[in-house]
Amino acid sequence: MVYFDNSATTRPFPEVIDTFSSVTRTYFANPSSLHPLGKEAEQLLTQARNKTAALLGVKEKEIYFTSGGTEGNNLAVKGTARQLQSRGKHIITTTMEHSSTYEALLELENEGFSVSYVKANEHGQVSVEQIKNEIKPDTILVSMIHVSNELGSIQPVEETGELLDNYPKIVFHVDHVQGVTKVPLNFSNVDLCTISAHKFHGLKGTGVLFMREGIQLTALFSGGQQESGIRPGTENLAGIVSLTKALRMAFDDASNKLEALKERTTRIEAELKKIDGVNINSPAKRAPHILNVSIPYIKPEVIVQALAEKEIYISTKSACSSKQFSPSRVLYSSGFSKEKASSAVRISLSFHNTDEEAEFFVTVFKEVVSNMKKVVNV
Amino acid sequence: MNYEYLLIRYAELSLKGKKRASFERKLEQNIRGALKSFPNVKTNRSFGRMFIKLNGEDVTKVSDQLKDVFGIYSFSPALKVELDETSICEAGLWAINDALPSGEGTFKVSVRRTNKNFPIGSQEMNRVVGGYILKSMEQVTVNVHEPDVHLKVEIREEAAYITCKVIKGAGGLPVGTSGKVMLMLSGGIDSPVAGYLALKRGVTIEAVHFHSPPFTNERAKQKVEDLCKVLTKYGATIKLHIVPFTDIQTAIHKQIPDNFEMTVMRRFMLRISESIALKNGAKAIVNGESLGQVASQTLESMYAINEVTNLPILRPLITMDKLEVIDYAHKIDTYDISIRPYEDCCTIFLPAESKTKPNLDKAKRYESYFNIEEMVSQAVGNIETITISQEENNNSSFDSLF
Repeated sequence: MVYFDNSATTRPFPEVIDTFSSVTRTYFANPSSLHPLGKEAEQLLTQARNKTAALLGVKEKEIYFTSGGTEGNNLAVKGTARQLQSRGKHIITTTMEHSSTYEALLELENEGFSVSYVKANEHGQVSVEQIKNEIKPDTILVSMIHVSNELGSIQPVEETGELLDNYPKIVFHVDHVQGVTKVPLNFSNVDLCTISAHKFHGLKGTGVLFMREGIQLTALFSGGQQESGIRPGTENLAGIVSLTKALRMAFDDASNKLEALKERTTRIEAELKKIDGVNINSPAKRAPHILNVSIPYIKPEVIVQALAEKEIYISTKSACSSKQFSPSRVLYSSGFSKEKASSAVRISLSFHNTDEEAEFFVTVFKEVVSNMKKVVNV
Repeated sequence: MNYEYLLIRYAELSLKGKKRASFERKLEQNIRGALKSFPNVKTNRSFGRMFIKLNGEDVTKVSDQLKDVFGIYSFSPALKVELDETSICEAGLWAINDALPSGEGTFKVSVRRTNKNFPIGSQEMNRVVGGYILKSMEQVTVNVHEPDVHLKVEIREEAAYITCKVIKGAGGLPVGTSGKVMLMLSGGIDSPVAGYLALKRGVTIEAVHFHSPPFTNERAKQKVEDLCKVLTKYGATIKLHIVPFTDIQTAIHKQIPDNFEMTVMRRFMLRISESIALKNGAKAIVNGESLGQVASQTLESMYAINEVTNLPILRPLITMDKLEVIDYAHKIDTYDISIRPYEDCCTIFLPAESKTKPNLDKAKRYESYFNIEEMVSQAVGNIETITISQEENNNSSFDSLF
């Protein structure tokens, strides 16, 4: 099996599953319970929080555990908008956003907020200048994806952070779900940042929202005082501890496998480029693990299907929107032609894929494309 | 060029006569402790100043750590240059450029020449350095009364040091130079602040906490451990003595009239604290009392309670308003821990009203039915002592999980 769909989700580290299982068995108490078991669970939670903060280079009290990327993005975007609506109702974002941010913003538009969608260029990138041009006196939030989940393009997040440093009233949210451990990010000018465990070999259902000390937002849920009331609900302790472990292990991997990963996808890119009729959509400056290509006039679902027969697994656009049979919103809105935007597939690797897998993939991919072209006659 | 040194100015150390050398040594030791996470940093003392050589460590991060070290009056990022006119002028120019990135503003130069072998006098040198900067930067002018940047040049035996930013330190005396005190730590907002202020005057602290299970729970105890942990940031390792107080508290509750319960309980706490202090070589007791704040802290109450001991009781908060204390608690990061809602020994069995002017003779008479010595020695004998250090005291059974 060749699993090249790591941007959809990753296979969990076996050690992470073990941690989940032991915590669930041993530290099942509610961290808010007063008895010693509760205290022990709370200590474990505190320790997980401290370690997560240290791994990300931020303060403990800036870590809020969530259920994952979608919740993190919703909490950041809607929470900030509702908190600051008396100050202003204008939000800036990009056309590259993940559906969880995009749909949250559409909802806010219905509630009377106005949203500027900064258009990415053909490399899937926006510029700091474009962001700057959209800033108005009533702008309260800029929300930006760091690494595009579809194209793998990298947005100028740190530069935007520096720009927004001059606008202390604008909150800056970064969707770092695809980037974490793969593309380094300095949090120093970021106010809010979303990450999700299952993208780095952790488990589904856990994530982190980083919220800079001093930033306030309105919670999405009503309930208890867990996570300082920002995210009420009994803590998913086993999930949180396993997230911490997965994050540590993924950073360990990143420290010695990042170069090899980049080389591997670069080789795949070079090989696919040689195939007649295949377009590389990802820009030259992309995240090391994501490669987006189009085979115009061939339905991407068919390619995915054909590869799956050989036990190779990739995606059409983003998994979160792959069930809609329409052109990719992200690609289309960035100026890709309808043909390219409707025929894109995404190949996404992890640190654990091998050169052999890459070679096998290239061979099969070439076969599949050439067979398909005969069938559809292009 | 970049700032490679931090020049440290001592707070009250220069006043301390013969003890000075040991004070300096202690401060250096404390600074090294505070900068443990920066392995490349080197400290070095010479003629009434201390220098930290950064060796590539981040100047802002190191500064953040230094701000919490008692005994430092202020410190400045410094350039160290050779003892010749050109090097000093160039370094001065670099520092002004760094402090005024727009290239506009006013400055003033003060040269101090402790090395009298340097051929140019300090007045003359002021003009030399100032002139050099004026020639090189067109938009910069001199203002000796209210300069934007005050450039200081110190010409010393070994080199010249150039500084132009002064960062305020925590003041006080180096922790470990004034002996040891016993801090009564309840878990509220006041006592950790009292501990912090005691540390500021150079003492080391041990803490005593009264625990009355099952009336006070594990979380209350954890809270006190967490508070100690925060205090270790400002001082050294802290020993926390947890006194089992249930028996005494229930006995008092049974025997003593309601409105005298608090007074008698405090007298017991003080007796026990005294005994622990003497055992551990502490020469005073510190608590978080502020005059008139609550019934136990009126002058009459203090008189009636204080009577049980001859040890000095230091009350750093005695003149502070609650809001001032809260400001401190925020500043030293104990506030969020202190407001955790767990009951401590002071709040359980709290009678509807306590005497704000308790009569000492009455308190003594009520107590006379107790075997005080035995009660105290029993409590002291069953103390649990925990050593709390700055290092993560992680529960090791969690290790395999991460």
